[in-house]
Amino acid sequence: MAATDEIAVAARARRFLAAHARLRPTEALPWLVAVAAFFVFPDRLTFGSQVLVMALFALSLDLVLGYAGILTLGHAAFFGIGAYTVGLLAARLDWTEPLTGLLAAATCAGFAGALSGVVLLRYRGLTLLVLTLSTTFILQEFGNVFDRVTGGYDGLPGLSFSPVLGVFDYDLFGRTAYLYALAVLFVCFCLARAIVVSPFGRSLVGIRENTARMHSIGAPVHGRLLVAYTVSAALAGVAGALHAHTNAFVTLSVFDFENSAGVLVMLILGGTGRLYGAFWGAVVYMVLQDSLAKFSPAFWQAGVGLLLIVTVLFARAGILGLVEAAGRRLRGGGP
Amino acid sequence: MPPLANIVVSILFDGLAYAMVLFIVSVGLSVTMGLMGFVNLAHGAFAMAGGYLTVSLTRSMGVPFLGALVIAVIAIAAVSVVFERTLYRRLYRASELDQVLLTIGLTFLAIAAFTWVYGPVPQSVRLPDYLAGQIDAGFRTFPTYRVFIIAVGLALVTVLWFAFERTLLGAKIRAAVDNRRMAQSVGIDVDRLFTLTFAVGSGLAALGGGLALQLFGMTPSFAVVYLVFFLLVVAVGGLGSLKGTLAAALVLGICDTAGKYLFAGAGGFIIYAVAIAILLARPAGLHGRD
Amino acid sequence: MIASMTAPALEIRGLARNFGALAVARHIDLVLERGARHALIGPNGAGKTTLVNLITGVLKPSAGRVLLDGDDVTGLPQAARARRGIARTFQINQLFRGLTVLENVCLAVAERTGAARRMFPSVRRDAAMIDEALAQLDGLRLAGDALVPVRELPYGRQRLVEIALALAQRPRVLLLDEPAAGVPSAESHLILDVVASLDPDIAVLIIEHDMDVVFRFARRISVLVAGAVMTEGTPEEIRADPRVRAVYLGESGDRHG
Repeated sequence: MAATDEIAVAARARRFLAAHARLRPTEALPWLVAVAAFFVFPDRLTFGSQVLVMALFALSLDLVLGYAGILTLGHAAFFGIGAYTVGLLAARLDWTEPLTGLLAAATCAGFAGALSGVVLLRYRGLTLLVLTLSTTFILQEFGNVFDRVTGGYDGLPGLSFSPVLGVFDYDLFGRTAYLYALAVLFVCFCLARAIVVSPFGRSLVGIRENTARMHSIGAPVHGRLLVAYTVSAALAGVAGALHAHTNAFVTLSVFDFENSAGVLVMLILGGTGRLYGAFWGAVVYMVLQDSLAKFSPAFWQAGVGLLLIVTVLFARAGILGLVEAAGRRLRGGGP
Repeated sequence: MPPLANIVVSILFDGLAYAMVLFIVSVGLSVTMGLMGFVNLAHGAFAMAGGYLTVSLTRSMGVPFLGALVIAVIAIAAVSVVFERTLYRRLYRASELDQVLLTIGLTFLAIAAFTWVYGPVPQSVRLPDYLAGQIDAGFRTFPTYRVFIIAVGLALVTVLWFAFERTLLGAKIRAAVDNRRMAQSVGIDVDRLFTLTFAVGSGLAALGGGLALQLFGMTPSFAVVYLVFFLLVVAVGGLGSLKGTLAAALVLGICDTAGKYLFAGAGGFIIYAVAIAILLARPAGLHGRD
Repeated sequence: MIASMTAPALEIRGLARNFGALAVARHIDLVLERGARHALIGPNGAGKTTLVNLITGVLKPSAGRVLLDGDDVTGLPQAARARRGIARTFQINQLFRGLTVLENVCLAVAERTGAARRMFPSVRRDAAMIDEALAQLDGLRLAGDALVPVRELPYGRQRLVEIALALAQRPRVLLLDEPAAGVPSAESHLILDVVASLDPDIAVLIIEHDMDVVFRFARRISVLVAGAVMTEGTPEEIRADPRVRAVYLGESGDRHG
């Protein structure tokens, strides 16, 4: 009798853990929405691709913040490195092929992530916050000092890139840019998803939940965090490169505090440690920004401030957390 | 006076004035972070509020500059207590991330509010005549206003040092920064200490903001742009340390000024580079404990 | 290689640690043979947990050496020592509170097998990991709680998860820091039964206040006082030692005030 109980438990357990990795039907929703948006809002596709770019950026932050629990205020550094990688390649070396540009951006940003991570990830709390913030400002100053290369605060305007895959030219209506951004986002999501459901990804969650115990069960914590930080930096770099591709310009404002803070807000809004929080957070944030900033930038800034405060105090798990809670209630309040 | 010596004196003098502003704003942040470990990124917003309040008081209501500074300090200290009681208190034991998010939210709200009222253009005030001119020191002249800032800063250092090292209240604060649990177990009400230091710290931030008006000009982005420097000072100084905050303010203030004098354009690097170098060598800051 | 067959599972020589002027560990020697059942007793503040922290590498010693199977591991960080077969439990639970019991144990299994380096999911290999974790839980009669988040578990069950995590590391040396601490006495026998039935090949060092448990479980006992080993011996020797009675057993009457 006990034996059958145990078999039942084992089967349930295996299904439960496999469920982490198994695709759920709800996961199709963001992609359906993104494809539908292409047809429903044909005149808003430029805005749409900006949303997709920010979703990718927020996804990259989710890996380190949501999963590994690394508190950083400097993720714009890697976004900026990615953007300037393709921007400089196009403007100075005439390297305009977009896909190899993405790879170059991922490599540069990933390298920067590994290099800075070796040092930064030994710190926590305020020191880590200050160091990550400073890194971003140093990059901005760096871009400013070498303004003959980087264009300084005017940035690199009027970039032009070769057609995607040598076929799809960037059109005036942003159709190519949108589909291109969507495809890149999808690939990056698949990659990030594989990582977070893998044993490696679970060990990141372990580090977030209890770093001391991870040390004592033999996890090389620093190495794990470094890998996660590097992958995240590379993804942020891809987002930055996409930003440059779809906007056809880069300025030093990619390194602004507002960029690091903005992506953080998106992720918090959507919900951390959930992958798709990055997607929905970016959508809500960008749409709100778009509609509120029409009245005045100050109006929008007040909106973000209020949203953040309300989220922290009342909906810490973000939009997806609210949805999950509502779903549980609908099913009858079970756990 | 030979030109090189002149530059050195200018760097030290301007650096000292800048360091005093950094110290005045940062010291409260350092003590409250040391006490509660609360990451308060809205501290720059309190400084900004002090600056704008000074602008309005002097310009629209005709309050004399010094009077306006005093009123701003008291008003912002009082307002900060309201925030502390209603919002900060809820997140004492929350994660650093939550504290960061709440205080970034407050900062954004403050930026929006001040943009709404004052617009994005830099604001400043007309200084009273006795602060506006130059003081002739014989070998060269110094702007009176910066001399005033340095005097105020040094006076505050003295007062705070006395309060910290020579009063019962200061002893309680030091004990609580050192070991909160131990302090609580011997009957020190750390929550009340926190409210008090938070109010004083925010008041000092407002004073710093008021003094900074004539140095940097006040724009709504002050709360973010200078926040980084305040955080650098706190981290480099070591949480909860008066001496450390002063040392960090001096090192960073003077290095930043030197950078801007000596390498126009590239000088922005220096403050970050110095801060990072110090933090790498001493992760807990100049006067922090490991 | 030959050394590892004859050397003790754990040997510490002259281990010392100072915090400033305060010596919390003074020249401690201790040997755990394979399969040892060794108890570490001493009054509160004697430095027992400090010793565990020194052995596992949480703290660096000021002097002395730690040898595991004859190999010097003094310079190795905590995680490397864990991978070489030292596991511990914590006096105050150190668990992944937001995760289920099963996920907790899986994390430890994944570290031991190296699966934790794998950055992609694999149904087959994940199933092997889960089966091993379930078997571990089953051995501790925790399988029924496998899918419960740790934070929802009663404290006594959480203490068992502490042990499950350590055992999932398949250690050769197991350090148990007051495994039944904080557990109501009606339930503590569950934990002590587990301790009593541990794999006889594992060398176990247990810190425990309950003298009945210590004398029942241990084949050797070390008495730690003020950071130094006052004496070491069989339970009979310790029981008969007047110095031990004076510093430790004598005060046991008023220990749990």
